[in-house]
Parts: sequence; C-alpha cells; structure tokens
Amino acid sequence: MNDEKPLSLHVPEPSSRPGDKPDFSHISVPEAGVVRKPEIDCTPASIRDLAYDMVRVMDDNGRAVGDWIPDVDDAFLLKGLTVMLRTRIFDERMFMSQRQGKTSIYVQCRGEEAIACAQRMALSQGDMCFPSYRQQGLLIAQDFPMVDMINQIYSNSKDKLGGRSLPFFYSERDYGFFSISGNLGTQFMQAVGWAMASAIKGDTKVASGWIGDGSTAESDFHSALVFASTYKPPVVLNVVNNQWAISTFQGIASGESANFACRGHGFNIPSIRVDGNDFLAVYAVSKWAIDRARKNLGPTLIEWVTYRAAAHTTSDDPTKYRPADEAEHWPLGDPIERLKTHLIAKGVWDETKHEALTKQIKAEVKAAAKEAESYGTLGKGAVPPVSEMFNHVYKDMPPHLRKQRQELGV
Amino acid sequence: MPEGKVMPQHKTTEKQVSRKNMIEAIRDALDVKMAQDDNVVVFGEDVGYFGGVFRATEGLQAKYGKSRCFDAPISELGIIGAAVGMGAYGLRPVPEIQFADYILPAYDQIASEAARLRYRSSGEFIAPITIRTPTGGGIYGGQTHSQSPEALFTHVAGLKTVIPSNPYDAKGLLIASIEDDDPVIFLEPKRLYNGPFDGHHDRPVTPWSEHELGEVPDGHYTVPLGKAAIAREGSDVTILAYGTMVHVAICAAEETGIDAEVIDLRTLLPLDEETIEKSVKKTGRCIVVHEATKTSGFGAELMAIVQELCMYNLEAPIIRVTGWDTPYPHAQEWDYFPGPARVGDALRKVMGE
Ligand SMILES: Cc1ncc(C[n+]2csc(CCOP(=O)(O)OP(=O)(O)O)c2C)c(N)n1
Ligand SMILES: [Mg+2]
Repeated sequence: MNDEKPLSLHVPEPSSRPGDKPDFSHISVPEAGVVRKPEIDCTPASIRDLAYDMVRVMDDNGRAVGDWIPDVDDAFLLKGLTVMLRTRIFDERMFMSQRQGKTSIYVQCRGEEAIACAQRMALSQGDMCFPSYRQQGLLIAQDFPMVDMINQIYSNSKDKLGGRSLPFFYSERDYGFFSISGNLGTQFMQAVGWAMASAIKGDTKVASGWIGDGSTAESDFHSALVFASTYKPPVVLNVVNNQWAISTFQGIASGESANFACRGHGFNIPSIRVDGNDFLAVYAVSKWAIDRARKNLGPTLIEWVTYRAAAHTTSDDPTKYRPADEAEHWPLGDPIERLKTHLIAKGVWDETKHEALTKQIKAEVKAAAKEAESYGTLGKGAVPPVSEMFNHVYKDMPPHLRKQRQELGV
Repeated sequence: MPEGKVMPQHKTTEKQVSRKNMIEAIRDALDVKMAQDDNVVVFGEDVGYFGGVFRATEGLQAKYGKSRCFDAPISELGIIGAAVGMGAYGLRPVPEIQFADYILPAYDQIASEAARLRYRSSGEFIAPITIRTPTGGGIYGGQTHSQSPEALFTHVAGLKTVIPSNPYDAKGLLIASIEDDDPVIFLEPKRLYNGPFDGHHDRPVTPWSEHELGEVPDGHYTVPLGKAAIAREGSDVTILAYGTMVHVAICAAEETGIDAEVIDLRTLLPLDEETIEKSVKKTGRCIVVHEATKTSGFGAELMAIVQELCMYNLEAPIIRVTGWDTPYPHAQEWDYFPGPARVGDALRKVMGE
C-alpha cells in the first residue's frame, strides 16, 4: 500500500492584497537599543543572532538608546535631515516632470532615503558605491549639483552622458558612484571585484554594493557572497529590503520565512539586519561595516528593512497588487519624520525650522529644475547631438561605425 | 493603413471572431492552451497575481490556480532552468522573460541546455518550452528595454525563433509554439502591442481594433511555424521583414509609391525559403529590414540565403536597413530606429532612382 499523498506546489503569498487590511504582523519590531554592538573583529559565528534581530537606535519618542548610538554631533544630524528631505523633494519634482513629459521615466526612493544618505555620510572620499537605480541619496548626500542630475534625467544638451543612457542612470566616478545598469544585480558582484582590486593594490579604499530584495534572486548576488567570503575584500554588501519587487513581495525572493541578512551566514560573512528607516542605526551600522572593511577584516552583509512607499517607477500602479494604504501601516515609520522627531526631542529643531527648511529646499529644487529645463528636456528644446549616439561605443570609432554615422549624415 | 494591396493573411472562417490587441491575443492563446492541456504552466517575474508588466497573463492565475500561473524570483537563469526541468518531467512550460534585454542571464540554460537536450539524449529528454519575451524599441526604453536579440537565438542549433507582427498571428503562432516539442523563442514586438506602429512616432497609432488583423478567432487555431506571409503584394522589389518592421516596410512602400512586396517572415527559424525565393525571383530586387544592430544580424543570414537562391535573378545588390551598431540610445531613439524614411531611401536606391 502506498499511503503517499499527492504533492502540491508551494507559492508564497504576501500578507495582504488590494482590498485587504494591510498586515505587517510578520515583521517583529524589537525595542530600540536592545541589540548589542559587537567588536569589529568579531567572528561571524559570534553574531549570528544579529542577522535575525533588528538594530534600532531611535525609540518611539525619538530618543537615541543603546550601544549603537553613533558618535556624531547635531550639525551632522541636521545635515542628514537636510539631505534626506532634499532627496524626497527632488524625487517629487522629478515625478512631476515625468508626468509633464520632460523625461520618459523616473524612479522615486520615497521611504528609503535614510539608507543611501546615511551610508554615504559614513563613507570616505575615494570609496566607490555600486548602486541600483534607487540610491539617488548617495549623490544628494554629497551635495552633488542637482542641476546636473536633472540634465541627465531630461537627456538635454547638458546631459554629460550625451542622451545615451536612461534617465537617472547616473555615472559619477568622482563622487564614488558607479555607472548604473538596468540589468538587475550585476553591480553587486562588481562591487566585490572593485574591493578585490583595492586589496590587490594595497589601497585603503572600500566598496559598497547595493541590491534590492527581489534582485537577490539573481545569481550575481550569490556569486558576490562566494567571492566576498573567499577573498574577504573590503566591501559592504547592502540589501535594501523594501518589501516589494514591482508587484512581487519579498517572500518570493527570500523563501518567506528566512530574511536576507541570514543568507550571509552560510558564507561565513558577518551579517546584520537593521531598521532602514532609522537614520542613526543606518549610520552606525554602516560605519561599523566600513571600519571593518578598512581594517582588512573583510565584507559585511547588511539587510536594511524598509518600505518602498512610492510606485516602482512612473510606469507602475501599486494599487493593482498591494493595499493602497499599506505604506501608512508600515511599522518602521518614515525616515525623515523619525529623524526630525529625534532632533526636536533633542531640542535642536522645531516645526518652524522644519517648515522653513522644506520651503528653502523646494525653492532650490525648483530653481535647479528650471535651469535644467533651459538646457532642454527629452526631445524638446536643446537636445544632445544625434552624433552622440555613436560616441563611446569604443575608445576609437571603428571604420564600420564611422560609415554608419556618415550614412545617417551626422 | 494603406489599402489595396495589403494582403489579408487569413480568412475568417465559421469561427466567432473578437477584436483584440496583441496582448489580448497572446493572453487568449495562453488561456486556450491552459484550458486544453494541464501540462501548460505559465510563470515569470510579476506574471502571477499582477498578470505581467504588459498584462499578458492577467487573470490566468485566478482562473487556473497558483500552481499553473505564478510569480518567479528575479532569476532569469532560474526561470529557464526550471522550465528545462519541468519540460523533462513532461510539462509544457511557457515562461516569460520580462524584457528580451534580460534574457542573457538565462542564455546558458537556453543555448547549452534547452537547445541541445534532445540532441544530447537522442530524444530521450526534450525541452518543449516556449519562452515569451517582449522585444524591440520605440518606447524610450533605452539600452535595457529596447534590444532585438533574435540573432543570438537563430545562431543556436536546436532553437526555433518566432516573431509575430499582428494579433491574429500572435495567437496562432503562440499556440503552435506551445504545441511544438522543441524550444521556441517567442519574441513579442512590444511597440506593436497596441497597434500596427509604422515608425511614425509623432502620429497616433491606429488601434488594432480598427485593423483587419485585430480580428482574432475565438478558441483554438494555429499559424504554422516556418511559414512566412505576404503582408503586401507587389512587383518592384521584395522587402524581407518581421515584427515591427513589417508595418514600417508597408508604410515605406506606400509613401514612396514603389510597389514593394513585403514578406512578413513570422518565423526566423525554420525559415520559409520558398516564399522568399518565389518573391525575389518575381521582383528581382530585395531589401532586408530589421531593428537589431547590423553586424552579424539576422539580415546577414537573409542576404546570404537570397544570394544563394536568387543570385541570377537579382538586378541590384541587396540592401540592409537596420539599427546602427551601437547600444540602443535613449534620447536618439528615433535616429536609431530604422523608420519609413530610411526604408524608403533604400527602396529608391535599389530601384536605381
Ligand atoms: C536582469 C533583470 N531582470 C528583470 C528586470 C526588470 N525589473 C526591473 S526592477 C525589477 C524589480 C526589482 O526589485 P528589487 O530588487 O526589490 O528592487 P526595488 O525596485 O524594490 O528597489 C524588475 C523585475 C531587470 N531590470 N533586470
Ligand atoms: Mg525591492
């Protein structure tokens, strides 16, 4: 007798879909301050629990608590608040510009601003980030000229990439910002390679790789962990778990029960899971990982727990696959609001100042957008020369391409 | 659409007919096959609950359940590797790769595995897989949402490559591909999803609902693989085209007044050499049009074949009109895209005008 029952395929489902009440009960949020801060030369095995816990510094009242409180002054935190706010207002403006036909597509990072901004503020000049398309905060945190970002987004006559690349696919080597690729995950492995080069050359520079929760399913993620564990290069491996990959919830990539940080342990890589909407926690853990890397102690894998509060891109309508009010139920709140609350609790900030700052940034962003517009927008006004299309395919244009360019008459 | 010589490609038989755009026709083909054969499974990135970023699989999960239509992790290698395993079991997987640009991580599973499984095992294991993927530009998709990688597949022994140009063919070819026991790369020209885009990006496109080839019979029918269609009958010159370029070619013929015969190849491999030969022998002239880059593109293969079959009937050298040998640019999209003006120039040139 065969008493085996028929098999069935398990397909993970998110906790809620449109029409359901948003449910984040699967995300347990520990008290701020309870997770210990290990020494930077700890063994991966000794901090296994940190991959399952969640480092948080700010409590519900905006007070900083615990071992991970970073050693930074108020001016530094105000700068953090400013660059996060600037990132958000920049995004809002570019979203509008896309709707007005000034560019073809735009991606906001709403709700995730703390991660790129705080980590950039922990990195040094000369370090290199290998971002996905959702880390504009890495540039804005360095006061990168917004008008240059917009020129690229508008593919106008001052787009330094000559109109060849998709909007927001910046490349800014001098700002430690590797050229963005549309092919998911590729940059994660490249970050490890760059860090290996830094070690090969006896340099002191650190690489920072970035990948989304969904993209961790790509082989590049797994290759990156293998190489990082083998060669122990100076690299920070960031997984931005914003819960969604277009319409696909993170459980399809993580296998539901596991998280992303714990994947590092199979590779003997120190791995930490962090409240990604807590600017202080993001800065502190980034700093810890960067210091480790710089002291030749090797890679760190960090899962930043956050929420993609906006649509995937301007082409996406998230109400088709998740409850419209899901963002409001996100248990880790909003990164800007939380840092603001902290600074107010500290007595160094208030609503009036915040309003004034918001107003000032809006004016700055508007001025940058207006200036960029005067150099053209996608297909309107001053545009990059058509001949730009043939540039940079090779260092020297081969004869066949020259012929094609002549055929087009440009 | 120009009237007169544009050929009806099918006769509407006794069957009920519905007006469909290309996405609806593709969804209908999947629906017909999923209803008919429970070995047909559909999966890929965002294809389950959401129904795909182009909505081709909308409603299929609700109708057939989560084990027949489901979301996949973002791993193209995983998606195609899984399809190979499922095919070996006896299923007929129809995986979707969200954009043809993202098929490269799966290239090893396609070119070394799916394509050769039959050969390697003397037919003991097969890969009856149909890989659907949107191809081509025209949507300001830049380098990573615009490419036309057909030649990467026609170059691989063991694969079939199909590319429809209208809703009627899309449905019939997709059903034929799913029923085929060999792996098929099914390229969907995304610029044609809503209408027969002719390259005039500054004009609104006629919706398929107003086009004869938007009439799609209900239920099961096939358009056989390996059979080209004459999309426009003509006597001066033969234009070999497929996908979006079929409509661009027809438009160029109408605009130049040159009586071109436009052949819609529909299947690139196996190729309908007979139809090509007959047409070129009739017209004595040939141009080849594709959106993909020129060098080592499928156009080179077509030129070689025409030369082999029709050398002594040719009254002028064959001309290729293609995308330039650059990555697909964002802002210069319409200078890259081989539109009706460039095809028209080639027509005049081949006619000695
Ligand atoms: C290789 C590859 N496959 C598929 C896509 C299409 N795609 C673009 S973004 C995206 C979702 C990515 O989600 P995630 O990694 O979680 O990053 P997020 O958008 O949430 O920042 C998909 C499937 C792509 N760009 N590249
Ligand atoms: Mg995500």
